[in-house]
Amino acid sequence: MNMSEPKEHPVAKAVRETAGVVLAECYQCGKCTAGCPMARYMDLSPNQVMRLAQAGDAAALERLLGSEALWYCAGCLTCAQRCPRQLDPAAVMDVLREMAHRQGKIPAAARKILAFHKAFLATVEWGGRMAEIPLVMRYKMNSLDLFSDALLGPAMLAKRKLPLLPHRIRGRGEVRRIFEKCRKGTRP
Amino acid sequence: MARIGVFICHCGENIGRTVDCPAVAAAAARMPGVVHSVDYKYMCSDPGQQMIKKAIVEKKLTGVVVGACSPRMHERTFRAAAAEAGLNPFLLEMANLREHCSWVHSDQAAATQKAIDLVRVMVAKARRDRALRPIRVPVEPTALVVGGGIAGIQAALDIAAGGKKVVLVERGPSIGGHMARLSETFPTLDCSQCILTPRMVEAASHPNITLMTYSEVESVEGFVGNFTVTVRRKARYVDPAKCTGCGDCFNKCPLKKIPNEFDAGLGMRRAIYVPFPQAVPNKPVIDAAHCTMLQKGKCGLCAKVCPRGAIDYKDQDRLEKIKVGAVVLATGFQLWDHAAYGEYGGGRYQDVIDGFAFERLASASGPTGGRIKRPSDGVEPKTVVFLSCCGSRDDKAGKKYCSKICCMYTAKHAMLYRHKVHDGRAVVFYMDVRAAGKGYEEFVRRAIEADGAEYVRGRVSRITRRKDGTLVVRGADTLAGRPVTIEADLVVLADAVVPRSGSEKLAQLFGVGYDQDGFYSEAHPKLRPVETAAAGVFLAGACQAPKDIPESVSQASASAAKVLGLFAKPELEREPIIARVNRTTCAHCRACISACPYGATRDFDVLDRAGKVLRTVAEVNEGLCQGCGTCAAVCRSHSVDLDGFTGEQIHAELSALL
Amino acid sequence: MKTLGYYPGCSLSGGGIELDLSVRALAKTAGVDLREIEDWNCCGASAAHSLDHSLAVALPFRVLALAESQGLAEVLAPCAACFSRLKGTQVRLARNPELNRRMAELVERPYQGGVRILNINEFIAALLKDGLAEKLTRKLGLKAVAYYGCLLSRGEDIVTGDDAEDPQGMEAALRAAGCEVLSWNASNECCGGGFSMSKTGSVLDLSQAILDEARAAGADLVVTGCPMCHSNLDMRQLELVKRRRVPGALPILYLSELLGLAAGLEPGALGLDRHFIESRQLVRGGA
Repeated sequence: MNMSEPKEHPVAKAVRETAGVVLAECYQCGKCTAGCPMARYMDLSPNQVMRLAQAGDAAALERLLGSEALWYCAGCLTCAQRCPRQLDPAAVMDVLREMAHRQGKIPAAARKILAFHKAFLATVEWGGRMAEIPLVMRYKMNSLDLFSDALLGPAMLAKRKLPLLPHRIRGRGEVRRIFEKCRKGTRP
Repeated sequence: MARIGVFICHCGENIGRTVDCPAVAAAAARMPGVVHSVDYKYMCSDPGQQMIKKAIVEKKLTGVVVGACSPRMHERTFRAAAAEAGLNPFLLEMANLREHCSWVHSDQAAATQKAIDLVRVMVAKARRDRALRPIRVPVEPTALVVGGGIAGIQAALDIAAGGKKVVLVERGPSIGGHMARLSETFPTLDCSQCILTPRMVEAASHPNITLMTYSEVESVEGFVGNFTVTVRRKARYVDPAKCTGCGDCFNKCPLKKIPNEFDAGLGMRRAIYVPFPQAVPNKPVIDAAHCTMLQKGKCGLCAKVCPRGAIDYKDQDRLEKIKVGAVVLATGFQLWDHAAYGEYGGGRYQDVIDGFAFERLASASGPTGGRIKRPSDGVEPKTVVFLSCCGSRDDKAGKKYCSKICCMYTAKHAMLYRHKVHDGRAVVFYMDVRAAGKGYEEFVRRAIEADGAEYVRGRVSRITRRKDGTLVVRGADTLAGRPVTIEADLVVLADAVVPRSGSEKLAQLFGVGYDQDGFYSEAHPKLRPVETAAAGVFLAGACQAPKDIPESVSQASASAAKVLGLFAKPELEREPIIARVNRTTCAHCRACISACPYGATRDFDVLDRAGKVLRTVAEVNEGLCQGCGTCAAVCRSHSVDLDGFTGEQIHAELSALL
Repeated sequence: MKTLGYYPGCSLSGGGIELDLSVRALAKTAGVDLREIEDWNCCGASAAHSLDHSLAVALPFRVLALAESQGLAEVLAPCAACFSRLKGTQVRLARNPELNRRMAELVERPYQGGVRILNINEFIAALLKDGLAEKLTRKLGLKAVAYYGCLLSRGEDIVTGDDAEDPQGMEAALRAAGCEVLSWNASNECCGGGFSMSKTGSVLDLSQAILDEARAAGADLVVTGCPMCHSNLDMRQLELVKRRRVPGALPILYLSELLGLAAGLEPGALGLDRHFIESRQLVRGGA
């Protein structure tokens, strides 16, 4: 029995189990923040996200799960590529974002982004593949962002870059079952 | 009749928690030959030792077994106690009940039984111990110091001051090391060469010091007190006896554009050159790889202009053997190559330089006369960004460790820049500021508060170079929680400190260990920082671990003290655990001579009274024998035995166990 | 005729159609038969891994399982995001047999790990080695910058055999096509990825920075391998031009389009007519 193992709080455990990242290893050098293309838009910088996740207490979690930063991560992997401790802040962002989503904590500025992801996945769940026109329609309705990019649609159509009829794969039932199981499944 | 005393130590909780010491003592009391058996909390303490001494006298013990920690810890302690009580120290044995028992087992019953077995084995051995006398070998009171930087120079001066002779071997053409390249030193901002060159001159002129520059250690034989070191004196092509250092030769050499290593490639030298004007010895060498005469047989200008005829193109490397009694390794460090960081330009940007290059820019005697200029276009930079921890504290692309000196020299660089360019901007990206030395914290605060260096906490992710030469530095301010971009004219990287190239090979020659990063291993990190596992070989300076000048000098003086301690007696006492040949039964098959890894066995002629050779047998050199027992193992006639570990004793130990 | 498994991914029938057209045309020229995975599903792209860690692995898992069951030992995924998701999933499965077991149960299909996923750069490098180089008869004489973006330069064990900070996976192909390859500062900078509609401002900022660097290097065009990057740099460039955030239009081509042009194929057949930023002039003006 090793009495000297450090106690791991729930966020650290979730991050380690889902993303394979040991938060204690982060020494807050800030190289992730320095290279992040989206950091200038974020309310919390990537190193602050790592720090608050390290702290893991209720107040830290409140700031974390309600932050816009989680939603602005582009998954570009610059942070993971350059981290001198070989950690993956983007993967940590994924875990925290999923937690925030399941707890219904979506900051106002992130609603469009969430709406886009959901619209995307809804079309995949329906036909097995992403379908542009249903995606855009759904996205526009849920985000209430009706007018931006309005001219792009006709332009895409004219260039034959917009499939009119979405493809439904034969195995769409399989795909739907996958979605259902995941919805019910493990939470990070 | 054997009268063995057994003393079982609890070692506090270390042994006592797992092994039932009273039970072991009780079991030992019943072993054959044992007349006294006790247990005690701390045998190595004063009362513990008194117990042993008292029992030796009162019970007239003929041998002692102490069941305690590893003999490596306290064999010497207990043997000294036995000697004080009048018992030959080699009649005392230790049973390792800690490292070999209580520390590696948790089952108390099994551990206790094992402890009893271990004690029984050592009792069986102790009964067959014979009194041995230490061997005395002469000590050659000359020291070898390898490396002519500040640590090597200091060690040489201290040993010389102690009245002993020193040979100082330096790989480069001049002594001085990296300290000669620095502009000013922290925290005093002393001019580095001003404080160093007097020492260099002293080392060169001290009657007890022999300087061998442009030389390297080629091979090593022998052992503490009696090393034979072969030094390769590399061909200088200039006779130092004739050369006056006038400089006519290098002023005339037509090859002017060889990047000078001393100047980190920022300045040029000739093919015949002195690395810097204050070099000691101030005699040039010819760089054979570049010299037209030595490569192609053309030119020869330097020989023509030399007024003393000191140039000798036919010079060759020479091997010189020296006898020394102790060695100090002071080979120092170099900087890690930041080409490994593709995100900082992969070493391709001329204006992204390392700390030594900045020192040469800042140095009054450097290639720019002390003016800070961009290497690419010679323009004075108006914004200089300094990156700490470049390659240090990096598990992925660099070294895991902290290089210790960079926080301080970066603060110094920022200050020097601000002193020279009053309207310039110095930005330092740091992770932590490590300023633990005397006056160091105050120095860093001065850089920030008095000299206007801007400190931003965060590592830099990327450096890119625009066509106009501007360097775009993308860092972070972790405390404010935002990315920070600076447009810089010059970037200085605090590259990690690594051991000098070739240091591993040198360590192998001397039998000194080194860690995964190539730093030399000290005998004990806390209590024996300048000794190594190789007796008679000591360490000084950054070859052991990154350190600054005061620490290097301290370590150098410490190793000099160790050397002088070694030289204090004309003879060295060696443990008498050596092999011995029975001349009567030796058949002279010479198997032991081939097998000995130390070359300690040799032929010996047995003579009659007239001096005629009766026969030849094998003989062991007491001075060289390390007591490994290989010869005893290969001897077919069982003529070789090891004092302190005889065949009979080993047999008895095994019988006691089985 | 060598056979290669083909995973177009969802965008190649829509916004990334030029990539599909040019890859197919190039494969035909090189004598490679592309066999599309039957009944393939979406890899999940950014949306799945952004919201659900199980879904993010399960969707690619089905694709891999299908490919394996259809006997496709090697599969080309031209879209950088699809490539990253598929190969990344493979890497995670290889490291964690328990994950494989869980996924096989979730997806109701087995996967033994026997499929090799290729990205567009690896595919084209292989074609060149196998004889395509001889077919590149039209030397384009253009100054090009190679834009790898995120997913063709980074990803531990995903993008292999290249330097993440100074990727070279496209350079040989560009040179083979008769282009002068310029070194520049944004070869692996992010374009904003999937934020084109949901955070358009960031895509405009990041794309502008990339185009500025390309221009500063003296490029005639930017060559890319990812449909998201192409869309962000091509479709969104119109807005940057309109708002005068960039001085002029810079054509954006897929590597496969460029190679197709070098092989003498017609721009229309490769999809160049569908770009937002006109690029057909590159061959009319080219050598």
